[in-house]
Amino acid sequence: MAEETIDQTESYIAERRNLLDVQNLRKYFPITRGFLKRVIGHVRAVDDVSFTIQQGETLGLVGESGCGKTTTARCIMRAIDPSSGEILYRTEDGQVLDIGAIGKGPLRELRKDMQMIFQDPFTSLNPRMSLLDIVGEPLLVHGERSMRVRSERVAELLRLVGLRPEYMRRFPHAFSGGERQRIGIARALALNPRLVVADEPVSALDVSVQAQVINLLSDLQEQLSLTYLFVAHDLSVVRHISDRVAVMYVGKMVELAETEEIFNNPKHPYTSALLQSVPVPDPKVRKETFVLEGEVASPANPPAGCYFHPRCAFRVEICSEETPEFVEDSPGHWVACHRAKELDLAGLSGSTSQYGSASFDGGNE
Amino acid sequence: MTTSTNGNRLAEDTIIEINDLKIYYPTDEGVVRAVDGVDFEIKQGETLGVVGESGCGKSTVGRAVLNIIDKPGRVEEGEILWRLPDEREVDITTLDPNSRLMRAIRGAGIALIFQEPMTSFSPLHTVGNQIGEAIRLHTDLSEQGIQDRSIELLQMVGIPNAEQRLKEYAFQLSGGLRQRAMIAMALSAEPQLLIADEPTTALDVTTQAQILELLRQLQEENGMAVILITHNLGVIAEMADRVVVMYLGRAVESGPVEDIFYNPQHPYTQGLLRSIPSIYTRSVERLPSIRGTIPHPFNRPSGCTFRPRCPNYIEGVCDRNVPEFQPLEGTNQMVSCFLHHPPEEVGTSG
Repeated sequence: MAEETIDQTESYIAERRNLLDVQNLRKYFPITRGFLKRVIGHVRAVDDVSFTIQQGETLGLVGESGCGKTTTARCIMRAIDPSSGEILYRTEDGQVLDIGAIGKGPLRELRKDMQMIFQDPFTSLNPRMSLLDIVGEPLLVHGERSMRVRSERVAELLRLVGLRPEYMRRFPHAFSGGERQRIGIARALALNPRLVVADEPVSALDVSVQAQVINLLSDLQEQLSLTYLFVAHDLSVVRHISDRVAVMYVGKMVELAETEEIFNNPKHPYTSALLQSVPVPDPKVRKETFVLEGEVASPANPPAGCYFHPRCAFRVEICSEETPEFVEDSPGHWVACHRAKELDLAGLSGSTSQYGSASFDGGNE
Repeated sequence: MTTSTNGNRLAEDTIIEINDLKIYYPTDEGVVRAVDGVDFEIKQGETLGVVGESGCGKSTVGRAVLNIIDKPGRVEEGEILWRLPDEREVDITTLDPNSRLMRAIRGAGIALIFQEPMTSFSPLHTVGNQIGEAIRLHTDLSEQGIQDRSIELLQMVGIPNAEQRLKEYAFQLSGGLRQRAMIAMALSAEPQLLIADEPTTALDVTTQAQILELLRQLQEENGMAVILITHNLGVIAEMADRVVVMYLGRAVESGPVEDIFYNPQHPYTQGLLRSIPSIYTRSVERLPSIRGTIPHPFNRPSGCTFRPRCPNYIEGVCDRNVPEFQPLEGTNQMVSCFLHHPPEEVGTSG
């Protein structure tokens, strides 16, 4: 795979309608010690991750804190430089660029295509800038000098995300969490991006407001044909919004499949454990609780073999010796587990109680 | 099942009762009504879930029970009845926060665990030091006894190498271990009531499952009651026996957990439950959401505080009267909503 030339890859990308093709991405952070900052080790934040994102889809990227999902997203945005690997991006006119290796000039152009929505709407907006400045800044940076044009565009963007254009002279403190997240979304959309990386966009919001923002993101995707990389840890939100889901554990991708497939039929013991651990808002499903023992391994000093083996209920000898390859187990279902073929793991399908809005209606008599 | 009589005596199996509690914060810009009328009681060994969104006052209620409300907040009205070991009943709101009695209640009677264990441990003292201090305050064990008890506590909450861990600082522990150590410290004086304020919100799902399991197991072993304060309806469904739903400082609905989830009566509870995406199914395209946002505390709507967001808003009723929190006939729930209890004097406005 790694020796493949760009030309071959280009046809591969075009054929699959891939917008992004990440191959063997690695990001190691050095651990230094002492006055001379000797490097004594590395934190393998992202360790050989490969996946693709197709045009117009939403890829959910899940995992626990420290698993490297945010670092992966930042490498794709080239907010940080990857240590190795390729991040191939197909531009609108069909060119294929390696985001990780591209020069400064073309990168600046490319940044219009890729935008990010952040987790915390309270810290990601400058309190001393008005909405006009915040949402208009990307336009200014990319050469739109005319104030009139900018404020027209800002008004349009604010309407798009469900805020009143009259608010553009106000400052972020005047808005609630959900409204601020809308401002962040408007800023991300200012330059008509094709790829939007949303890093935990709703996890800081209240439940009643989360649904509004999720709906907004879905609507915008449809209207503007956006492609989302949706980084999150809330699995029910991910299930709702994603077309495909990728699961990471200690810097490695352990499973990637279509949403329904991965929730109903997980092939990696970690994915299954993750699904079983989520508390379900239904008191009748209070099953015998599933508890995954142990702690997440340290990415600075991961265990030998499969990183998950010390916590895995299904481990055999090979698991502590060889690192499993990330392979396509069935069409579209990728997994990194030695025993993927033989295990029959619990997913979330066929669960007893399925409660939805229907169950409320009987109540009011 | 009804609440016990108007508060003078606690029912036999009730360990704490909160009646019409109001906590206001007078500030320069105006009065913030953090808690504006909350009633509930807790029975021995029971887990009460207090659920609500940010600013609903759920944490303030928890702090009021321990009499540690931050200044300038003060209890404006209401009472918190608590039974002392000698069967006397006290109203916690009337006690001096620094009094000997209040300090004895804290820890030995009621303990608190916080959301963020990192900020609730001192970075300058070892874990052992801090757990030891809690034990020292409530017992007269020797130094050796304290040491042994600390190790025993850490083992009880499932921390491996307890002896070694006692010598470490909070930052040396992982999030899950830190929360376990926090729980060990809270349990050091064997409280009858544990207040867990968002105990798993800062944790990952697999760690969350571990901590919830631990809480359940500890509760089974020593029969303490738990007030579980959280915004996560999944955690509530998994842990609580009864639930109080709060919105903008008021209890809007309470009842047994199954009734709250399957037969919610208040429009806010209904909206909240609908708006969480299901993990079991790929739901319909759009999530039902509650319109609008939580109002600013200085900008509380008149009448029912939920009315600007309510799908069942009745003009002339909901904006003019404040609904009373009262039992709903034919159910085990209490609810404050005019859909269920039409106000008497409103006949004229229709």
